[in-house]
Amino acid sequence: MSGKHWQRERDASGIEWVTLDVAGRGTNVLSGEVIEALAGIVDELAADPPLGVVIRSGKPNGFLAGADVNEFTGLDGRDTALAFVRRGQDLMDRIESLPCPTLALIHGFCVGGGLELALACDYRVALDETGTRLGFPEVRLGIHPGYGGSLRSVRTIGAPAAMDLMLSGRNITSRTALKMGLIDVCVPKRYLRKAAEDMIRTRPRLHDSGFMKRLAGSAALRPVVAAVLRRKVRSRIDPGHYPAPFALIDLWEGAGANTRCWLEQEAESVAELSTTATARNLVRLFLLQEDLKAAADRDAFKPRHVHVVGAGIMGGDIAAWCVLQGLRVTIQDGNPEALGATVKRASALFGRRLKSPRLVTEAFDRLIPDVPGHGASSADVIIEAIFEDLDAKKALFADILTRAREGALIATNTSSIPLEALAADLDDPGRLVGLHFFNPVAKLPLVEIVHGPTTHRDTLDKALAFARGIDKLPLKVSSSPGFLVNRILLPYLLEAAAMVSEGIPAPVVDRAAKVFGMPMGPVELADTVGLDIGLHVAENLSSAYGFEIPQRLRELVDAGKLGRKTGEGFYRYRKGRPVLHGPKRYDADPDELRDRLVLRMVNESLACLREGVVESADALDAGVVFGTGFAPFLGGPIRYLREAGIDRLRGRLESLEQSRGARFAPDAGWDNLPGLIDRATGGATGPQD
Amino acid sequence: MTPSRELAPSDRAVYLIDGARSPFLKMRGGPGPFKAAELAVQAARALLLRQPFGPEDFDEVILGCVAPGPDEANIARVASLRLGCGDRVPAWTVQRNCASGLQAIDAAQRNIRLGRSGLVLAGGVEAMSHAPILFSDDMVRWLSEWRRSRGPVERIRGLGRLRPAWLAPVIGLLKGLRDPVAGISMGQTAEILAYRFGIEREAMDAFALESHRRLDAAGKAGHLAEISPLFDREGNNYASDDGLRADTSMDRLAALKPVFDKPYGNVTAGNSAQVTDGAAWIIVAGEEAVSRYGLKPMARILDTRWAALDPAEMGMGPVHAATPILRERELGLRDVDYWEINEAFAAQVLACRSAWKDPRYCREVLGLEEPLGEVPADRLNVDGGGISLGHPVGASGARIVLHLAEVLKRERGRLGMASICIGGGQGGALLMENVSDGA
Repeated sequence: MSGKHWQRERDASGIEWVTLDVAGRGTNVLSGEVIEALAGIVDELAADPPLGVVIRSGKPNGFLAGADVNEFTGLDGRDTALAFVRRGQDLMDRIESLPCPTLALIHGFCVGGGLELALACDYRVALDETGTRLGFPEVRLGIHPGYGGSLRSVRTIGAPAAMDLMLSGRNITSRTALKMGLIDVCVPKRYLRKAAEDMIRTRPRLHDSGFMKRLAGSAALRPVVAAVLRRKVRSRIDPGHYPAPFALIDLWEGAGANTRCWLEQEAESVAELSTTATARNLVRLFLLQEDLKAAADRDAFKPRHVHVVGAGIMGGDIAAWCVLQGLRVTIQDGNPEALGATVKRASALFGRRLKSPRLVTEAFDRLIPDVPGHGASSADVIIEAIFEDLDAKKALFADILTRAREGALIATNTSSIPLEALAADLDDPGRLVGLHFFNPVAKLPLVEIVHGPTTHRDTLDKALAFARGIDKLPLKVSSSPGFLVNRILLPYLLEAAAMVSEGIPAPVVDRAAKVFGMPMGPVELADTVGLDIGLHVAENLSSAYGFEIPQRLRELVDAGKLGRKTGEGFYRYRKGRPVLHGPKRYDADPDELRDRLVLRMVNESLACLREGVVESADALDAGVVFGTGFAPFLGGPIRYLREAGIDRLRGRLESLEQSRGARFAPDAGWDNLPGLIDRATGGATGPQD
Repeated sequence: MTPSRELAPSDRAVYLIDGARSPFLKMRGGPGPFKAAELAVQAARALLLRQPFGPEDFDEVILGCVAPGPDEANIARVASLRLGCGDRVPAWTVQRNCASGLQAIDAAQRNIRLGRSGLVLAGGVEAMSHAPILFSDDMVRWLSEWRRSRGPVERIRGLGRLRPAWLAPVIGLLKGLRDPVAGISMGQTAEILAYRFGIEREAMDAFALESHRRLDAAGKAGHLAEISPLFDREGNNYASDDGLRADTSMDRLAALKPVFDKPYGNVTAGNSAQVTDGAAWIIVAGEEAVSRYGLKPMARILDTRWAALDPAEMGMGPVHAATPILRERELGLRDVDYWEINEAFAAQVLACRSAWKDPRYCREVLGLEEPLGEVPADRLNVDGGGISLGHPVGASGARIVLHLAEVLKRERGRLGMASICIGGGQGGALLMENVSDGA
């Protein structure tokens, strides 16, 4: 038997195999239609119970990815959201109450609603491969599990592990899941079927979380554990910005022994959260992220060997990242010490990400320090990441191009030199593209794909495919000074430096930004980037855009106080952490501080849109969030502008212009609102064929 | 170029194309920073990068190694896979004790001559500092019995049967450096030769001093470009042979005590090869591969030879292996422009030189009517050798072949002989002809 989204087969031994294969999509999702179809199957099975039911996926990439996020965005209020959640809960309840044993046979992604469905089954058998990933990513979308997952995960693995999984939103491998007790068996592909049949026939005792873990969830200890969890989460995030994790803790703390009641409250909590601005913005960002991914055709270009020139922090970390993504990387630098430092940083990254010594060795075998630079002649991608000097870079490209393979992608990681200047003397200037990574490479997912009017379409496509292939989010930006992210970030950092120059203590400035929702204050961020680098970028951009450079910044650089790396910048550092000193109290209007910082970013964002640096306001928001960590719950500078009100912000800007000077003069883009932010700007300088 | 398949196997030309080695790292107590497979992999990566063909284009990979680690069974295959040669390139490990690296090159050239291979990656590796520490047989027997014992009482009783002497570890390295048949250490074989040819302590120390001086000069002149730096995971890089003692002197060498025949012997740590970790690789190719990829060979292999002799005089191996090659080609010692005789011990290299000069040895042992004469000191080991840069046993044979080809190219010499003595009483030699641009 088969339907639009599934096939069913009852084998000779009486086991019913239900294979989910959602039509028209590469990934299984629980859309309304799929839930309905599954519910129908479950009803039929309840009427005529087989020996057991195995639910599996027909998709190569995974089991089931959860609810359909697109349907989620269509919800227009608490009541529709409640109905949406209850529909899923109801399916899980029906699966759970089937009279025969049920089993989820898991490979690839099993996340969100997918994991909730697996938990509604009696048993879970998962494929023993690193690609098998289980988790509850709901908090990343501003909600928490709503299809009974909060109840069933706690029941299966105990509150401490389950809450950690749901609060962090992280994915775990099948082996970790086995250790936790989230799955019952973890086997290689050749035993998947056998293990499933065996469990259904022998019906081992259902997994429960064990005494110690049950103890942590006991009525007596629950308030204590909840308080500890709250404190831990609060140290990372602000409940005003991200309410979902706190709502989840409340839900668990308040839930009694009655499961019906727990499910009721779970549904209401998710429905409530889904109406918040945070959830709306996070969901939008999730979809923007999918858009950025979809802009690249990964099949268009599948490089195997990357050659990086320059083993500085950026070059070295780009190299290590590419290795981690499975590529072979040669990294060229005349200085073996720099190559050694690259290997050392890579060692930390590989150890953290790969864990198994065998995989770490494999990674190191792919990372090849290459003093003479032989790798350039066999590489599929060559990335220049040497110091920011136009002549040195031009000389390098002239040399590289004599050795590079035909068809190799030639890229620069420059953050400040225009592509046109670098490509000016090349036989074929359209062959050069910018691949602008952000520091720290392993944390910030964005890569700006910098193109100019002459960049070949084919080169741009390759650059997009490469960036996507190494699991980054590619964003096309036109080659103007600072591109998008640095150009928007810089006025914000300069304003912070100006405040410090005025005598406002750095912690006060940073606090204003953090209250707004930035993950790190601008002063600390400047120290982390390195003040010398910051000043260099500032000088570069100020000649283009007339930014004023605060005196204090120059003084610190002249004094050799370059930030975290030298132990002192705006802050002094002890063991890598800023030492707070100076007055705790300072009489400044926090709203004014916030507006000075944020409005300079918003103003610059409108300038970027007006000039067509990126194609749309959506692309701009995605770029700023994924490239700088800009408060994700606010959805990006343009989203913030919309929600805070165009007229109100313009008014604030104008009054700041009067009180603080011309750097707050509203950009010409303000005159063209809301048109500028409502549609894709037509004026973007697209690449030529 | 004539297609090689029309030639008789013995006529097929075999070339040394390009090679590289790791710096040789002296054992400084405890395991060094790199295991054998790691040395082999890192030493080859730069070499492979600069070739016009890919790692998967090799027909086979052959690696010499005396004692791979317990997790490095068939270390050639481990290295081959880790280097990206792919699943389909066969790889095998060869072992002829101290000549394992030379054995790998010989195996490569033989398969090329036979037409079974066209392009081979051959080399040698040894991580002597990682030689295992073993339990004695008594201890192993006790352990296996104790593991089988059931219950705490039996186990405690078992403990009572353990003899403290059994806990004494067996140093694998010392076992390896001792001739199991003759029952003497390698150093003692050198003492025997020194006695037989009347080589004094001072001559040994002078030879050792010169070895350090030459290595130092070679490094300063940029003559060690064959070295590819190693990087460990703590971020340290190793760019040069660290056994070099540029500041050593006759007085310092004279102050050292004999280590093998105490107290009367003459062989000291100073005039013996150092215990060292290292790897060396060389690409060996037939004519077809040379023309297919447009390779520029450094040298052509003219001949290789193995010989065997009394294990107690194993240091004389080079004389026994090289002499037949010279005789068949009617070459004198001075017709060979440059020599490498691996420096296991100063006494042993000096004894080789003496033997060729000695009418009696030449007549009675080598069956020559006249002595062959003298290997000129300024043509022998011109850039130092095992005494100054170390002798990682599996790697040295490949290193001397590689370095000799480099020396011929640099000095525009024509013929070069690389030879090595082998623990257990053997010798190996390879005669090459310079075919580089500088020929």
